[in-house]
Amino acid sequence: MSTTNIMIVGVGGQGTLLASRILGNALVQEGYDVKVSEVHGMSQRGGSVVTYVKFGDKVWSPIIGQGEADIILSFELLEAERALPYLRPDGQIIVNTQQIDPMPVITGAAQYPADALEALTANARVTAVDALSLAKEAGTSRAVNVVLIGILASQTKIPKERWLDTIRQTVPEKFQAVNLKAFELGYRYAQER
Amino acid sequence: MRQLMIGNAAVARGAYEAGVRVVASYPGTPSTEITESIVRYPDIYAEWAPNEKVACEVAIGASIAGARAMTCCKHVGLNVMADPVFTASYTGVNGGLVICVADDPGMHSSQNEQDSRHYAKAAKLLMLEPSDSLECRDMTREAFALSERFDIPVVLRLTTRVAHSQSLVEPTDPEIVPLKDYVKDAAKHVMTPANAIRRHVIVEERMKALTAFAEETALNRVEGQGSPIGVITAGIDYMYAREALGDSVDYLKLGMVWPLPEAAIRAFAAAHEQVFVIEELDPFIEDHVRALGVSVIGKDAFTLLGEYTPAMIRRVVLGQADQPAAPAQMNVPVRPPVMCAGCPHRGTFYVLKKLGLTVAGDIGCYTLGAAPPLASIDTTICMGASVSAALGMAKARGASFNKKLVSVIGDSTFIHSGITGLIDIVYNRGANTVIILDNSITGMTGHQDNPTTGKTIRGEKTKQVDLELLCKAIGIDRVTIADPFDVKSFEAIVRREVEADEPSVIIAQRPCALLKYVRYEGHCQIGDQCRRCHLCMKLGCPAISLKDGAVRIDENQCNGCGLCVNVCPFDAIHKEA
Repeated sequence: MSTTNIMIVGVGGQGTLLASRILGNALVQEGYDVKVSEVHGMSQRGGSVVTYVKFGDKVWSPIIGQGEADIILSFELLEAERALPYLRPDGQIIVNTQQIDPMPVITGAAQYPADALEALTANARVTAVDALSLAKEAGTSRAVNVVLIGILASQTKIPKERWLDTIRQTVPEKFQAVNLKAFELGYRYAQER
Repeated sequence: MRQLMIGNAAVARGAYEAGVRVVASYPGTPSTEITESIVRYPDIYAEWAPNEKVACEVAIGASIAGARAMTCCKHVGLNVMADPVFTASYTGVNGGLVICVADDPGMHSSQNEQDSRHYAKAAKLLMLEPSDSLECRDMTREAFALSERFDIPVVLRLTTRVAHSQSLVEPTDPEIVPLKDYVKDAAKHVMTPANAIRRHVIVEERMKALTAFAEETALNRVEGQGSPIGVITAGIDYMYAREALGDSVDYLKLGMVWPLPEAAIRAFAAAHEQVFVIEELDPFIEDHVRALGVSVIGKDAFTLLGEYTPAMIRRVVLGQADQPAAPAQMNVPVRPPVMCAGCPHRGTFYVLKKLGLTVAGDIGCYTLGAAPPLASIDTTICMGASVSAALGMAKARGASFNKKLVSVIGDSTFIHSGITGLIDIVYNRGANTVIILDNSITGMTGHQDNPTTGKTIRGEKTKQVDLELLCKAIGIDRVTIADPFDVKSFEAIVRREVEADEPSVIIAQRPCALLKYVRYEGHCQIGDQCRRCHLCMKLGCPAISLKDGAVRIDENQCNGCGLCVNVCPFDAIHKEA
């Protein structure tokens, strides 16, 4: 009765909710039981945001506890480090190497950790990617979320066409072309590594 | 086809399938998406009301008039609507009436952690609590049926993790529920003492009937294979317990959390050697179970604070250690929520901080003005309290204190309950200065229209409340409209108005930076003239940071609002196309 647990972390405004919706919808179409837990409201305003996606034959709790995430999909470097205690000992991290300073760093009350990527690789299997550059290559910096979904998708057994269909169904029509391209860039990046 | 739905969308779906005709609410996380989702169904009348009390009264009126009706709010919204709710318990319903309230354990987006189940007990109402989206849909439908069957408003209680978690729902077709006849019935609907005395008798009889119903309803069920350990639980805690404990314990799963099935609880306890009550927040079920003389393990082993987790339940009930995990990294700075780049409130708080004023704050995005580096806000209590509490502060400490004091309140919050405080200031000869932060939308809950935006929940054009005329009409002679990004002028206006010996209102007008029509050209850049005075750092803009003493502006974050250009004393920041 075990589930596969994916934790999506990032900074409010980076589009983690859309990523979790694409992921959740693809999993439903694959026939899994799926639960997705989001947080809305105040914490969305530039704060740390966490979304849980769980799937399997039967999912009870929608949340993921410490040491329970199979995959952490992180939209920002520091946020991956924050989420590290949630990763299973043999788990995997996919991380966007983009750095966004939190307010304590901006005000000088704290330092952005210089060794964040090293802290991740010391504790987990890590796929690091400059998703912001790939998103810009696709046409908009806002497509970081779908680049990362592309990388995640390349490491699942779910057929690529299923992901493309899901993006077509989930994303409004006028943003589809750029998002499909962003997905493709992420998917290929992970395969070519 | 099975669909992923957040609990809130599933409540809306359930209401639609139950033939709801009228839904009136005020936005509040984590309840907002219920009413937003209702708008997907074209034949339902939906509205954002000015506040929860008004919303609830609209729903009560619709119910009396024969329609199935619903109002939705967050936990603190139920406090605002408590007045009509307690009396609606006496009048009962005509068309089914459902009050959906979403509690926020862990306070993801709230100012307190109250447990709304106490309201069901206090107001003598029936309360249901779903555990996932499917139950949200099913129990909402059931709530309308029970409301009509027992002539009672039914409260549907959610918590954040139910409201904002997606799980699978298979939508079904809506019921055809005709409008019921409206028949004048003063004995039922006019709550004078003489009538209310008779209605109270009916309310108490109804509680007895509901307690009997609780024993037989399938909303409450026992699951398990005869373990010596029993768990009584409800809502999201049921899901946590199922994940943590699996088939190793038996469950009494309560879908109806008030009134409670006393005989079923006694029988369940008698059949188990050890009984746990697992419930976030207050010992609501536990206290009732203990009052029945049943011995249970509850808050003595768990906690009154925050959210529960499966790991916590595993630890307490089974004594199992947590999963092995990497230790938390010590050097990771916190990332609190911040005002967005381009937020119009930033200009206001920059000035208030500079002037060193005492700032009575309110509920909205601008509560973030309490955080460094702006750190301007002195108080945040509840919707509207910035205005009235500031009057109290001024009356307590006198005129000289009042000249260093302002209230800040958003446009929607001002309409919600700031206006009554402002009337109090006028009536009782206050001389306060109130700054209405008019960003043309209800921001924090995710952009809902309100009476000041000129649009309804469905985006239809409507009359727009004119804040300036409104303030003048209640007797504020000094009303100034100002742009918070025109920092010099804004500062001069604030200085002038706090000095006045009569009440004043400053309407700080600039739309929310996240509104689609707000488009600033280009982005800001630091030029060679920068003297490293770091004044721009005092804005707390997420796009501006320091690297080795030098200021830099991240063009991915900057939306080109230009506030920093206005603040820089050396003209070192300019806009780049």
